[in-house]
Amino acid sequence: MSNQNNAESTNRDNRFAAIARAPMQVVGAPSHPLGGIWSSARDIWGQREMLDLLIRRDLKARYKDSALGFLWSLIKPLTQLVIYYVVMGKFLGAARGIPDFAVYIFTGLTVYSLFSEIISSTTGSIVGNSGLIKKIYLPREIFPLASVGSALFNYLIQFSILIAATLVLSTFTLSPNLLFILPSLFVVIVYGLALGLLLSAVNVYMRDIQYLVEVGLMVMLWASPIVYSWSMVRDQVGNSLILDIYTNNPVTLAVLGFQRALWSGGTDSANTPENLLLRLVIAAIAGVVLVLIFHRVFARLQGNFAQAL
Amino acid sequence: MIESAMDTSLTPEAADDRPDVIIIKDVSKRFVIRKDNSLKERMITFGRMGRRHREDFWALNDVSATIKAGTTIGLIGHNGSGKSTLLKVIGGIIDPTSGTVSRRGRVAALLELGAGFHPDLTGRENVFLNAAILGLSRKVTEERFDDIVAFSGIADFIDTQVKFYSSGMYVRLAFAVAVHTDPDILLVDEVLAVGDEAFQRKCLDKIRSFQEEGRTIILVTHSLGQVAELCDRAILLNRGNVVYEGPAHEAVARMRDILEERRVDELVEADPAVEIIVPRILDTTVHAIGKAVGDPVEHGDDLLVTTTFEYPELSPVWSGAVQIDNSSGQVVFGTSSRLLGRELAPFAGHYTLQFTLKNVWLGTGKYFVNISMQDKSGRHLADFPQAVSFDVIYYPLAVGTSYLEPELLEVGPPTPAP
Repeated sequence: MSNQNNAESTNRDNRFAAIARAPMQVVGAPSHPLGGIWSSARDIWGQREMLDLLIRRDLKARYKDSALGFLWSLIKPLTQLVIYYVVMGKFLGAARGIPDFAVYIFTGLTVYSLFSEIISSTTGSIVGNSGLIKKIYLPREIFPLASVGSALFNYLIQFSILIAATLVLSTFTLSPNLLFILPSLFVVIVYGLALGLLLSAVNVYMRDIQYLVEVGLMVMLWASPIVYSWSMVRDQVGNSLILDIYTNNPVTLAVLGFQRALWSGGTDSANTPENLLLRLVIAAIAGVVLVLIFHRVFARLQGNFAQAL
Repeated sequence: MIESAMDTSLTPEAADDRPDVIIIKDVSKRFVIRKDNSLKERMITFGRMGRRHREDFWALNDVSATIKAGTTIGLIGHNGSGKSTLLKVIGGIIDPTSGTVSRRGRVAALLELGAGFHPDLTGRENVFLNAAILGLSRKVTEERFDDIVAFSGIADFIDTQVKFYSSGMYVRLAFAVAVHTDPDILLVDEVLAVGDEAFQRKCLDKIRSFQEEGRTIILVTHSLGQVAELCDRAILLNRGNVVYEGPAHEAVARMRDILEERRVDELVEADPAVEIIVPRILDTTVHAIGKAVGDPVEHGDDLLVTTTFEYPELSPVWSGAVQIDNSSGQVVFGTSSRLLGRELAPFAGHYTLQFTLKNVWLGTGKYFVNISMQDKSGRHLADFPQAVSFDVIYYPLAVGTSYLEPELLEVGPPTPAP
């Protein structure tokens, strides 16, 4: 009994000593911009297990109790593929100028659906986790990040189907063009994250954002060369400023990048803009800057999340 | 009666070598109450018009306090006094409008049991998720998993989705996870009020062992008895201001004053046309017969409680009541003129009652006497909590609230059957 008491009191003294050594930290201090990013990055890194668990939770909970489970994340894009293939390709004749039309559409669709899923799920991520945010402190960036993570996981499934399809249709070629996947994927993720951070925070204060996002995503689908080809747009507007604006849309660039990598017609210079790689790199850099800026906005707005939710 | 916040760093304290864990400095929190919430309304009421649609509400006003390691501190105050807001500011869940909170050590916030439980996941999955939320690594959670399940007592259901849990099971599992994290600072908001009695006892026992281990606990609760029982110190908040900071029992007494004041205020607000008659309880004294006021009471003594009531006009038919609480706020005795079968006639001005409580057999400790004046149907007209107190002399032979004369006979080992 007395041994236990001694153990307890040393336990207690050790705890006090450890506390006395630890530096005082100001809770939720708004520090200067760069330091703020550094310290939130460190916070988030410290919570990476939590991030991992949240992603798993999202994925597990999504198709729990449904008989087909993860198959559902494939059924939707495959249905879209069939519709576009039949309606756009055959009925409206878009397939005539585009070889391997099915691969073409599926390439664009997977990129777009990754972007669309990132944006729509991050936008709702803070509001959807209000129960946690109101009760417990975690670096709030974790919630949009977890949404990005689960969107990426779904994308991986679709992507492997895409690769399998190109193999079956024997259009798959090992060439340096495959490397276009990397900057393209990076661009999608960076812009998805940047916009996701901004939209998730603003959505807390104005719930209109989630409806606005739905509309915006619909526009995005048709504003990128997914079911029609980039050359069709060029033929309509010519080599003008409008074409540049159209092309430099990050989603368009990413779609074009993926098509260059995986679609047999992508290497044909008639089908793609000049300097695609350079454009992708510039877009990626601009995207990183956007992430930093929107993260500051997020950090500014997050102080009032708990009471606005 | 409103006193400025005492600076604890100046208060002499027995164990002053303990390090500070939380320093709250001039913290204010403003809530903006908006009456427009959609983009459309916001656009219409933009600019100057917009200001009419918002209202400022200061939930905290220049709150300062220093909390030392290993203390258990209660935040008390009535609804809307800002205590939960203060707890959330300490936890980092809400940023203060001005001022700073600094702290050190690991914090676990128990603002709601099972916050972050996902209904579609199984108990097992939720344990890992919730443990991670409370800052435990996966490896440590795996090590403690068996303990957690054993503590919760729901091992049979651990692989069932939590949406099928009864509310009791849910709470048990959540609490089991929370107490197996290893926080230096534990923030607790009202969660001890849930669950059945056995479970509450389990919670309280765990809180006590946390105290032993030198963890700092900050407790928000409406149960004043719990504050008096568990806390070393308390901070009393009223309308966002610190009214009192100091020993828990003193804070509890002041809290009761505020509640009484509010009751009177509400009467005034309810019907401002009627002039409010405020009956009062004036002097109360207590002493053992044959001893002076303030002398310790011994068992077998007869207590004499004398109290004077004041009623500005002619009172209704009334009754006077006396109640004795121990130092942890538990009622140990109560009686009233009604229970004694007496109906007290109306009076105006002052009226004095004397209760004789014969044969006191109370355990060692301090006892508080509460007096109240009630009307015929038992509604309280006036209360005077902790009007006076008395001490019961130290008995080395026993502990507890009541005193029985103990004797021991050693019967010895069992005698073999003949």
